[in-house]
Amino acid sequence: MFRKVLIANRGEIACRIIWACQELGIQTVAVFSEADRDALHVQLADQAVCIGPAPSSKSYLNIPAIISAAEITDADAIHPGYGFLAENAYFAEVCEACRIKFIGPPSSVIRLMGDKVRARETMKALGVPVLPGSDGVVRTVEEALAVIEQIGLPVILKAAAGGGGRGMRIVRSREELPTAFQTAQSEAEAAFKNGDLYIERYLERPRHIEIQVLADEHGQVVHLGERECSIQRRYQKLIEEAPSVALTPELRAEMGAVAARAAREIGYTSAGTMEFLFDGERYYFMEMNTRIQVEHPVTEMITNVDLVREQILIAAGEPLSFRQEEIIFFGHAIECRVNAEDPETFTPSPGTITAITVPGGPGVRVDTAIYPGYTVPPYYDSLIAKLIVRDRNRERALAKMRRALDGFIIEGIKTNIPMHQKIFQDPDFIAGRLSTHFMEEWMRRMKALEEEPIGLG
Amino acid sequence: MNIKELKEIIRLVAEKEFAEFELEQPDFKLRIRRNAPPIIHTVESSAARAASSSAVAEPIQAPSAPATPVVETAPQVEDEKVYHIIRSPIVGTFYRAPNPTASPFVEVGDHVEPGTVLCIIEAMKLMNEITSDVAGEVVKIYVENGQPVEYGQPLFAIKPNTRA
Repeated sequence: MFRKVLIANRGEIACRIIWACQELGIQTVAVFSEADRDALHVQLADQAVCIGPAPSSKSYLNIPAIISAAEITDADAIHPGYGFLAENAYFAEVCEACRIKFIGPPSSVIRLMGDKVRARETMKALGVPVLPGSDGVVRTVEEALAVIEQIGLPVILKAAAGGGGRGMRIVRSREELPTAFQTAQSEAEAAFKNGDLYIERYLERPRHIEIQVLADEHGQVVHLGERECSIQRRYQKLIEEAPSVALTPELRAEMGAVAARAAREIGYTSAGTMEFLFDGERYYFMEMNTRIQVEHPVTEMITNVDLVREQILIAAGEPLSFRQEEIIFFGHAIECRVNAEDPETFTPSPGTITAITVPGGPGVRVDTAIYPGYTVPPYYDSLIAKLIVRDRNRERALAKMRRALDGFIIEGIKTNIPMHQKIFQDPDFIAGRLSTHFMEEWMRRMKALEEEPIGLG
Repeated sequence: MNIKELKEIIRLVAEKEFAEFELEQPDFKLRIRRNAPPIIHTVESSAARAASSSAVAEPIQAPSAPATPVVETAPQVEDEKVYHIIRSPIVGTFYRAPNPTASPFVEVGDHVEPGTVLCIIEAMKLMNEITSDVAGEVVKIYVENGQPVEYGQPLFAIKPNTRA
């Protein structure tokens, strides 16, 4: 087992990893930027090292500084969390070269899955369903047109190095293609220093359904069911739940088995997620995230498996302590991402938190790194807390989330809690009629309601 | 290794004024440092300084004290008002001399010019020379040779030359 783990992250996930280490009796090292001197993870860890100024490019993305911090503190492993360096194959490679254990899959697998074109081709070859699309990178508008002739419209152009919605364009007509192609290319070039694009059939109203897998270094792979993450805005997830109301037990077992087998075939280790689009009948591989995900708690709540603890045990070389048939799903879990932002305009709302009241009671979990008096810095992600509930079924989980949201008071800054409260009253959401366009449609409905004259109808 | 042998080693290290001593055996690893362990919070009260200047045995398994919030203590703030502070631009290990047998780049009382090498910070096996950006006199050296430093940690206080 590791003696000391350095956590190359901040915020709630850094605290989450420190908690897991504490339970395992492992020493922890926090790293922090000058803007995070008062951050909770700095105070929770056994040791803390300032690694740079506020901009993440000079601190949390600064590989030499993080490796040096691991060296001067004698850390024998690094947990990257999510975001920042979590899916940076080069960072994983540097860790491997420095004989510091990277808590995640091998760098070669991160690199393979990070290249969306190669990932797609690999999955296709392994028999995982993918959307009809181009064979590899499409270099010119003419090539793109040829693909459209084959698979039909609409299509989506995607960046090979992509993620987070950047370098993506939906094309509904041939006329739109030249402009869309160029914008997507330059956007991809700017965001990832790689303008390579590929094409896939565009699904109009799909659900986002992802499968959680855990793989040890001895070839054992299990899946922990799905999470539905259809509630997103600009490709940023807002609400996640497990299980999805759209899957039958048979489909769940099939998708899980497909994901687990593919993970084994590519030599995956640690926790990982295969993201699929689901059109109501069929599912299609979208991409694989080679890290722990923000929404991992919903899976933890329905399986009682501590995913971060398992990641650490796997990285230490331990075999998985349970088999597929020992994973039992209990009830329904939902997570709301609480962001420091205006609930109407979505503009970030950094500032000092003057007071907090956190909801509790059975089946309620809050993962956060904020405390009264803490100042949310303007430099990083606006996620300040994750509110997770579990109950016997979806209906009861919804009721529990409503009362938990009502009891979650954060003063001094604006949060999106009021937005969540409204969504949990929405008839479509309550009925589980979800798609990745839910938020756009919901916002349009809300706007229409506002504009309706008061006192009429 | 028994307690008696351990005590003997600590005594020896203290006597010889080693900055750092490391012993590794198949089932045992010992490290002794004469300066503060790399909890790089710059809490530099006089009591803490007195405590850390004595040889401290730090068996690798021993839990260190929980990290405390970083506090910029009064003396340092005072220094900042009076002197020009040279801070570490990177995370790494601080060395006052180009090699273990050489004499330090600078001592307290030395005069430095912009570009004068003050120390080396080793990061990822690379030696980074840290130079002065002002002309003046070295009045304080905050860090001991071989000590790990974090980003932004004060290394030297320099009393700038007053213009004639």
